[in-house]
Amino acid sequence: MQIGDWISQPVNWVYLPLALVLVYSGIRVVTSQNVIRAALFLVGALASTAGLFLLLSAEFVALTLVLVYIGAVIVLFLFGIMITRAPLGRDVALDHPSRTVGAGVAVALFGFLAFGSIQAFGSAEVQGIGEPTSTEVLGEALLGRFVVPFEVVSFLLLAALIGGITLARKDLSPAEEEAKEAL
Amino acid sequence: MLVNQFLVLAAFLFSLGIYGLIVRRNAVMVLLAVELMLNAVNINLIAFEAYLRSAQAVGQVFSIFVITVAAAEVGIGLAIVLMIFRNRASANVDDFNLMRY
Repeated sequence: MQIGDWISQPVNWVYLPLALVLVYSGIRVVTSQNVIRAALFLVGALASTAGLFLLLSAEFVALTLVLVYIGAVIVLFLFGIMITRAPLGRDVALDHPSRTVGAGVAVALFGFLAFGSIQAFGSAEVQGIGEPTSTEVLGEALLGRFVVPFEVVSFLLLAALIGGITLARKDLSPAEEEAKEAL
Repeated sequence: MLVNQFLVLAAFLFSLGIYGLIVRRNAVMVLLAVELMLNAVNINLIAFEAYLRSAQAVGQVFSIFVITVAAAEVGIGLAIVLMIFRNRASANVDDFNLMRY
C-alpha cells in the first residue's frame, strides 16, 4: 500500500481515528497510575474495537462486545477495584519498579508478530464496510455446525456461576454453625 | 484496506497486554491486561473472517466464544482475587506466595 492510499481510500479515514484511539487507550490501560482511569480507558479501547468490527462488517459481534464488555465486564472490574480498596488517587506503587523487562518482552513480541504477519500477508486486501454478516447466518452456524461448542460454552458459564457463588460464600465456623442450627 | 492494518494493530494490543501482565502489581490490573490480550485475539479473528469470507462466518462464531469465555474468566478471576484479598488483606500479586515452596 502506498502512502497516498491512506488518503485516497475513504475507509482509512474511519480506520485511522479508531486505531489511534485504540492505541492510545491501550497504552493508558497498562501505564496509568490511577486504577479507575485504567479501567475506564479499557472502555475506550473496547469501544474503538467495536468500531473496527463494524468496519469489518461484523455487526453482531460488535454489539455483543459493547453489551458484554462495556456493559457488564467493566462494571465487574470497577466493583473489584472498589472492594479490594485500591488507592483511588494516583499510586506510584502500582507498577513494578523494573519496567524494562516487561517493555523488552513486549517490544520483542510485537516485533516478532508484526514481522511475521507482514511477511505472511504482505499486500492481501480485505474488504471494509462490505455486505454485513446477517445474524441469521450466525445463528444457524451457532446452533448447527457449532452446537456442541455452544453447549460446552454454556456449561462453562454455569460452572463459572456456581464457582463464583462458592468462592464468594462465607464459610461458617463450627461455633457459628451450631448457633445457626439452634435457632 | 490491508489485512495487515488489523493484524499489526492486534499484535500491538497483545504486546501491551503482555507488558501490563508483567509490570502491574495489582491483581485487578493484571486481569485488565488479560482482557486487552483477549481483545487483540478477537480483532485477529474478525479480520481473518473478513479476509477469508467463510460461508458460515466461522471467525465471528469463534470470537463470540472468546467473548463468552472472557466473561466467565473475569467472573472467576475477580472472585479468586477477592478471596485472596479477604485472607491476606492485599491485592498485590507480590504477596501471593501461598503456593510457593
